[in-house]
Amino acid sequence: MIAYVAQRAGQAGVLLLLVSLVSYGIMNAAPGGPLAVYLHNPQVTADRIELLRHQLGLDRPWYLRYLAWLAGILQGHWGYSYYTGRPVLQMIAERVPATFLLMLSAFVLAIALAFPLGVFAATRKYSWADNLLSFGSFFAWAMPTFWFGLMLQLVLAVQLRLLPVAGMHEIGSASPLDLLRHLVMPAMVLGLGSIASWSRYLRSSVLETLGQDYVRTARAKGLPDRRVRRHVLRNSMIPIVTLMGLDLHVLFSGAVITESIFGWPGMGRLFLSALSNRDYPLQMAGLMISASLLILGNLLADLTYAALDPRIRYR
Amino acid sequence: MARPLAVRDAAEAALAAGPSLWALAWARFRRHRAAVFGMAVLGAVIASAALAPLLTPYSPTALDPDHSLAPPSHEHPLGTDDLGRDELARVLYGGRVSLLVGLTAMLLGSAIGIALGSVAGYMGGWTDALVMRLVDLVLSFPAIFLLLILINWTGGRAPVVMMVGYLGLFGWTGLARIVRAEYLSLRAREFVESARALGAGAGRIVFRHILPNAMAPILVQAAFAVAGAMLAEAALDFLGFGLPPEIPTWGNLMTQAEDYITTNPILAIAPGAVVTLTVVAVFFIGDALRDALDVRSR
Repeated sequence: MIAYVAQRAGQAGVLLLLVSLVSYGIMNAAPGGPLAVYLHNPQVTADRIELLRHQLGLDRPWYLRYLAWLAGILQGHWGYSYYTGRPVLQMIAERVPATFLLMLSAFVLAIALAFPLGVFAATRKYSWADNLLSFGSFFAWAMPTFWFGLMLQLVLAVQLRLLPVAGMHEIGSASPLDLLRHLVMPAMVLGLGSIASWSRYLRSSVLETLGQDYVRTARAKGLPDRRVRRHVLRNSMIPIVTLMGLDLHVLFSGAVITESIFGWPGMGRLFLSALSNRDYPLQMAGLMISASLLILGNLLADLTYAALDPRIRYR
Repeated sequence: MARPLAVRDAAEAALAAGPSLWALAWARFRRHRAAVFGMAVLGAVIASAALAPLLTPYSPTALDPDHSLAPPSHEHPLGTDDLGRDELARVLYGGRVSLLVGLTAMLLGSAIGIALGSVAGYMGGWTDALVMRLVDLVLSFPAIFLLLILINWTGGRAPVVMMVGYLGLFGWTGLARIVRAEYLSLRAREFVESARALGAGAGRIVFRHILPNAMAPILVQAAFAVAGAMLAEAALDFLGFGLPPEIPTWGNLMTQAEDYITTNPILAIAPGAVVTLTVVAVFFIGDALRDALDVRSR
């Protein structure tokens, strides 16, 4: 097991390295480069652009800059923002809590809804309620995320005036209740896809487990229904746990859209502004965090799968 | 190319013997109520986009500042937007762009996926290993982040052709894996062996003999790929990294309606509802295809 973990972690590291190399190359191959934003600014002369180019190290070939960037990352230096001049790590750190709070809320919401819905649908296979739920999950997947957000804003905030339209706090307010009210709609928008897919997977997983021989054996030897249900649920959860790992970066990517709809001050919006400012160090940081979550999520999914299912043995 | 007579007779006999896989699949597909609904909705959406000039006298881009933000009325069933453009015309014409982007991005992604997947599955060995590592690498990229960076190359907006290219470049990995797996199991079958014994070349075996037998999972995957590409394009439009704002697409319509959500909610509701219905229809068709063609779900 330890050898397997080490091997998989090694592979993940190599993948991450490749991802960073390709992304850095793509980013730096962009026509114009990061100083293109100044080209149409009459206040910035050609001399000044040359000076900036030198100061930012942009007159060196891209692979040398990549190596410098990589060496920095490995020592915990994420570089300085081209746009604000502040340390990238500091800019990210300011935004991390908001994004993670949003992701965590969506995650908790998805677990809280997907599990009861999935089990409910499985125990009433092909009933009208089950059909309605599967119909509903198709709609949940089909709706453009931001349109769902707009519709929530329209109904819950504009018409019913139940919740604030956007933002994270009322000005000057720091109460947890206020935060919670601002969190409801973004968490629903971000969690919707996971609610739909987890509950569907749980449903089919429960149905599959119910057909297993050991369930019949448990019933035959007179185990009370509650105990049987616990066995079934525990074993049905294994594929869902995998799915949760795989969804980790989906939540992070989804946060880019969700944060834009609701004006949520997180990393997604920071990344979007880094794009329009051609702020390469900041763009690179966003991309690497997302890629790490993706690769880490896959790794976690595999490892928990191995840990939860004793039938799976790894060399 | 003349085939030996005996082979042609056998082929005709086989065709006459009973319903083919496709006839059986069609019979099963028709029984799927959701699929029939999906076909009807998708048919209506495609027809109304194609026949847009017959359905509305308005141009989707003609400005009419005197009648901006008009509420729904007899002349303008969905009202007009902030520049006085007829919203119904914009939804109808927008469908052309959105459907076209979804469909062509799927075709491009499928072409790449089928080509790489079949080469990997048929050749095996180091070719297979190389292609599959490439799939692993592409799947390790957070697609939306890299897409945004790529689109930012061209100043944050992508022309239609470029958008199709980008979406296609990220949409082939799943299909490549599926096609490869199909080929791995099919290439060992007797009919491939007999084709090879009859002297068929690799290209002929790969595309004429194996590919038709791997078509079922490809079709299912393709249906979901159209839906995925349409949603991705709409999301990019919203983030400001999609098609240029002057092109009416469903994504652009929703985005431009965001500012008028309190006064003219219909501007946002209509295009979103159409996207949702269209994508649901495609999902239903894909789902029914999976059942009808008996493709094991992942």
